[in-house]
Amino acid sequence: MRYAYYTLAFVTVLLFSVMGFRGMISTRPPIEVFPDMDHQAKYKAQAESKFFADGRADRPVPAGTVPFGRDANQSDPAFLRADDAHYAGKNADGSFVRGFPIEINEAVVRHGQGRFQIYCAPCHGALGDGNGITKSYGMVATPTYHDDRLRTMAEGEIFNTITAGKNTMFPYADKLSPDDRWAVVAYVRALQRSHHGTIDDVPPDQRGGLK
Amino acid sequence: MSKIFPKSANALPLQILIFLGVLGGVATAGITYYATPAYLRVGYQPVQPVPFDHSLHAGQLGIDCRYCHASVEKSATSSVPAAQTCMNCHSLIKAQSPLLEVVRESYRTGDPVPWVKIHNNPDYVYFNHSVHVNRGVSCVECHGKVNEMTVVRQDKPHSMSWCLDCHRDPASRIRDPKDVYNLDSQTLADQGKIADAHKFITDWKVKPPTSCSGCHR
Ligand code: HEC
Ligand code: HEC
Ligand code: HEC
Ligand code: HEC
Ligand code: HEC
Ligand code: HEC
Repeated sequence: MRYAYYTLAFVTVLLFSVMGFRGMISTRPPIEVFPDMDHQAKYKAQAESKFFADGRADRPVPAGTVPFGRDANQSDPAFLRADDAHYAGKNADGSFVRGFPIEINEAVVRHGQGRFQIYCAPCHGALGDGNGITKSYGMVATPTYHDDRLRTMAEGEIFNTITAGKNTMFPYADKLSPDDRWAVVAYVRALQRSHHGTIDDVPPDQRGGLK
Repeated sequence: MSKIFPKSANALPLQILIFLGVLGGVATAGITYYATPAYLRVGYQPVQPVPFDHSLHAGQLGIDCRYCHASVEKSATSSVPAAQTCMNCHSLIKAQSPLLEVVRESYRTGDPVPWVKIHNNPDYVYFNHSVHVNRGVSCVECHGKVNEMTVVRQDKPHSMSWCLDCHRDPASRIRDPKDVYNLDSQTLADQGKIADAHKFITDWKVKPPTSCSGCHR
């Protein structure tokens, strides 16, 4: 009987030394104990497809596609993005829009601040001075927003820079919806205002601590 | 007639029963320890086609998770970024690096970078990122300290009981919504603000499903 216990102890030790402990790093895919319906005949986002030649389950939109499920009787301004001022930042004659096609209030500017800090601050810096973290790693071309050219630039042109990119700056249209982009433009304007602010911009009753 | 069995054999049936009990116990312990996701999945760290380093990009450079995983707060899936996202910077920074050849190739041709997926729910489970991150559940609760990982690995078992542990008691695991993307932040409970957590849960009507149809639709 003693030997049975010895064997059990030996097998246990052997098991531990072969199998190791929980949480150990492994490059092999996890074993599925009961792979019941783990892999069904459906695609999840960004999955691989064996059917399409390029291996992508997410299909690119074919050229000329029109969104399904709406008709001319439903007025939906986002439909076809026909409003150039809103969706391209341009007037009918192709010049850039001045002012904003959306209503600007505090909520919009706060939203723009959040988006700016995620998508723009790594290069343009939290203050918009062009000194983001990437400057010290070689992105030296990033300009400051606080020179006269950018301060007098039409809002639509900044919108267009975000949508289509400019020279060495890549487009951000895939990350920011048109309304997000207008909110970011509003926040860029707020940064420019604050950078060139003077004591006269502060209401007299709040000047207390500022000198 | 001589005895076939010695006297000590009288105790044998009992001893065998006890041994079988011990054996059963050890086997159960072994299976619970080894045949569950906590052993099978945690620590899975596949070799990626590009040695992308989260501790550099998200930790040292401080880039927000959403810069790359842009759809996490808007949709069910948290998208892995397209090559263009990398090229935003790497068209100028380390533009010639041989480590980034796969990314440049993908940007030129449009074919995806063959990233290996690490976290994988079975297809019969419905999971949604946006409901979680917009209700104060931080990435760190489910992915561990990604901002300190050189190579991402699975840090939590993602088993059904693990999901339910939180769904039954979300108050102890949620953060202030503005801390969700800051992986070094603490939960409200750890900050000693458990009352705020309960208030958040009633104000925002946070009701994680614990019935089967919530996750198996
Ligand atoms: C990866 C770094 C990077 C990020 C992120 C970035 N930019 Fe830029 N940006 C640049 C560079 C570099 C330039 C200079 C382009 C050039 O060569 O003229 C630039 C130029 C600009 C300009 C000036 C364009 C002009 O007409 O001269 C504006 C406005 C601008 N960016 C806005 C933004 C906004 C808004 C965001 C956030 C959505 C953003 N940028 C994010 C790198 C970046
Ligand atoms: C500069 C872009 C970038 C940033 C910023 C970034 N990630 Fe990632 N992330 C990636 C890429 C690319 C992958 C796929 C390759 C890999 O797994 O390493 C990935 C993979 C992951 C995965 C594994 C996905 C899977 O396959 O299951 C997790 C989890 C993750 N990231 C979480 C985070 C968190 C949390 C943050 C914020 C702290 C973050 N990431 C910031 C680019 C980024
Ligand atoms: C906001 C800018 C930025 C973005 C976006 C970015 N990186 Fe980087 N990356 C850097 C910086 C800065 C370094 C460090 C360069 C250094 O050490 O000088 C770096 C270094 C690297 C390196 C090491 C290169 C080497 O030769 O040492 C790799 C690999 C890398 N990044 C991959 C990626 C991938 C893949 C993506 C897209 C998911 C990405 N990066 C997105 C800024 C960025
Ligand atoms: C409540 C838990 C939970 C939270 C919080 C969470 N994730 Fe996930 N994440 C998961 C699960 C589960 C999967 C596997 C999903 C699947 O296979 O369908 C996953 C998958 C991913 C993936 C792979 C792509 C995908 O969607 O399958 C990435 C990238 C990722 N998470 C990033 C993040 C980031 C960044 C955050 C924080 C902003 C985050 N996650 C927060 C549980 C979570
Ligand atoms: C750290 C806590 C936490 C973990 C871990 C967690 N959840 Fe949740 N989950 C929540 C909270 C909080 C909500 C409630 C959101 C609400 O009521 O708006 C929720 C809601 C949900 C919902 C309901 C979504 C809807 O559309 O109403 C599903 C489905 C879900 N979780 C699935 C999962 C799965 C699957 C896992 C495991 C892979 C998981 N959760 C892990 C906290 C968690
Ligand atoms: C919070 C979300 C959630 C809820 C609620 C939930 N499940 Fe699950 N369930 C999961 C996840 C996640 C898995 C996958 C676990 C894994 O892969 O290890 C799973 C797996 C399963 C499996 C397969 C186990 C296997 O390994 O084959 C069964 C059966 C199951 N669930 C039944 C149920 C039943 C019955 C209920 C209701 C009492 C329920 N689930 C409620 C998330 C949930």
